[in-house]
Amino acid sequence: MTARKSRVRPWFFHGGMSVLAFLWLVPLALVVVTSLRTFDDLADAGLASVPKGLTIDPYREALDSGEWQSIVNSLIITIPVVVVTLLLASMAAYGLARHRIPFRKTLLLLMLAGNLLPAQLLLIPVLKLTEQFGIFDSRIGMIVVLTAVGLGFYVFVLHGFMRGIPDEITHAAKIDGATTFGVYLRIVLPLTKPAMAALGSLAFTWTFNDLLWAITLLRDEQKLPVTPAILGMQGEFVSSWNVIAAATVIAAIPTVIVFLRFQRYFISGLLIGSAK
Amino acid sequence: MAALPKAVSRGGPGALSVGVRRGSRETLVLLAFVLIPFALEMFWTFWPALNSVYISLTQWDGIAPPVFVGLDNYTRMWSDETFRTALRNTVIWLVLFGGLSVLGGLGLALLLDKPRKGIGIYRAIFFLPVVFSMVVTALVWRMIFQPDGVVNSLLAAVGLEDQARIWLGEPETALYALIVPALWRQVGYIMVLFLAGLKTVDPLLHEAAKMDGATAFERFRHVTLPQLRPITTVVLAVTVIDALRSFDIVWALTKGGPYHSSELLSTYQFSTGLLGSQLGYGSALAVVIFLLTVGTIVVYLVRSLREEEAA
Repeated sequence: MTARKSRVRPWFFHGGMSVLAFLWLVPLALVVVTSLRTFDDLADAGLASVPKGLTIDPYREALDSGEWQSIVNSLIITIPVVVVTLLLASMAAYGLARHRIPFRKTLLLLMLAGNLLPAQLLLIPVLKLTEQFGIFDSRIGMIVVLTAVGLGFYVFVLHGFMRGIPDEITHAAKIDGATTFGVYLRIVLPLTKPAMAALGSLAFTWTFNDLLWAITLLRDEQKLPVTPAILGMQGEFVSSWNVIAAATVIAAIPTVIVFLRFQRYFISGLLIGSAK
Repeated sequence: MAALPKAVSRGGPGALSVGVRRGSRETLVLLAFVLIPFALEMFWTFWPALNSVYISLTQWDGIAPPVFVGLDNYTRMWSDETFRTALRNTVIWLVLFGGLSVLGGLGLALLLDKPRKGIGIYRAIFFLPVVFSMVVTALVWRMIFQPDGVVNSLLAAVGLEDQARIWLGEPETALYALIVPALWRQVGYIMVLFLAGLKTVDPLLHEAAKMDGATAFERFRHVTLPQLRPITTVVLAVTVIDALRSFDIVWALTKGGPYHSSELLSTYQFSTGLLGSQLGYGSALAVVIFLLTVGTIVVYLVRSLREEEAA
């Protein structure tokens, strides 16, 4: 019985799994193929048809229509958010995890709770605050808000990570005369690299993929990041499915690159993230 | 923990007299390290959140000064048909999107847990959509749901032309058509969480249960599931939070339409509070979303605590 089972099962398993995996990939294959077709081909035969020929013109058209600028906007916003987030979060986590600061537990939990508040509860007052500070409809406003509302999660994860660093290491450095800042810069930060890489790739993806804050805080189309921008392109290219598909593929490329480059860290980041 | 006090630079009185100057500068550095990020986050989260609660008690168009109206915005919800639709849809979304993503993710994790040839490829494929934004996901699926898209063509191919419809454009199907792409993106994420949980399940217990003649299902029910409890709590919290703040996929594909049929509380909140200039009512809706999130998680926690006590 068991012998027969184990001979039949791999076939069964791989048969079922490959069908499921294939179905999972169909939407992606469809969008890539559509992005390489001509308008006439699609207009004649419809979306669900075999392409008559392939072209890269849709990509050129998408980039020329302003998508290039919106990708640049996304990076102008995302890269500072990732850098500043990691810097501030590691500072706070270092202070809270390695020193006996009064109320450190309360501070940590407040920061985590702030991160878990639904964005809807913040949108209207944050919009008003950015107006008061004169950073409404600006990329700098997006950078400030996206950094501030996300911090708690990163502090929480890094705090857990930094507490795992053995006391002997930092203690020895202190005896050798290292300052608080010196210990942070030369000992704790290098040891935290794997967690920083994981959180950095998560922060990049989340910031790059943001829609809600962008459509709340930005009005000027010239400043829109790519995620809200490709939504707007739907109106411009109503039935040009090939251009919309190309724009979609382009918008997905940066996060796919980060995922592939940091794959190992990315998944471990999701896991330490789940520890909250 | 016990070793921590020693690492702090405010040692005995002797240490103080030697390094009092340096000590106070160290304290300042430390305060800056903790308080700058803390203040920045509190200012942009709790302060706006408290403001939202206050704004929800006013009538405000965002230009003239707000007028305090007490609980009027909350009582107004009961007679607001769109609110009731959005609330009902949000509950459907929580149950279907939340439930199916947890079941799907758990199922895939169980299938892909044991080391087998090719398992890494399957895992990567199911995980891939997680890196896409909901907007990218939405545009991908829009092509599938188009009148001349894949779904309708498949139906025609098997002779079911009369079942073809404009999936995102009809009130009966819009909400359910939106759940499919949302699931496509969420299941891989939940799978990864459960895969991590399954790593902690002790294989010896399985062996023992097998010897005692337990079937595969019995072993899942009485060996695997109890050991997955910690990760299950995490998954459910993540799912509730994700489900109740779902916004992007709906906004990208239907904006809550047609005729509010796919409206969620989050999209209704955005339409009224940010686009419709009803800042008071919009804030009240935001408070309701917040209470729903907290309420659902608390109910789950209380229930699982009670079960633990009973066990």
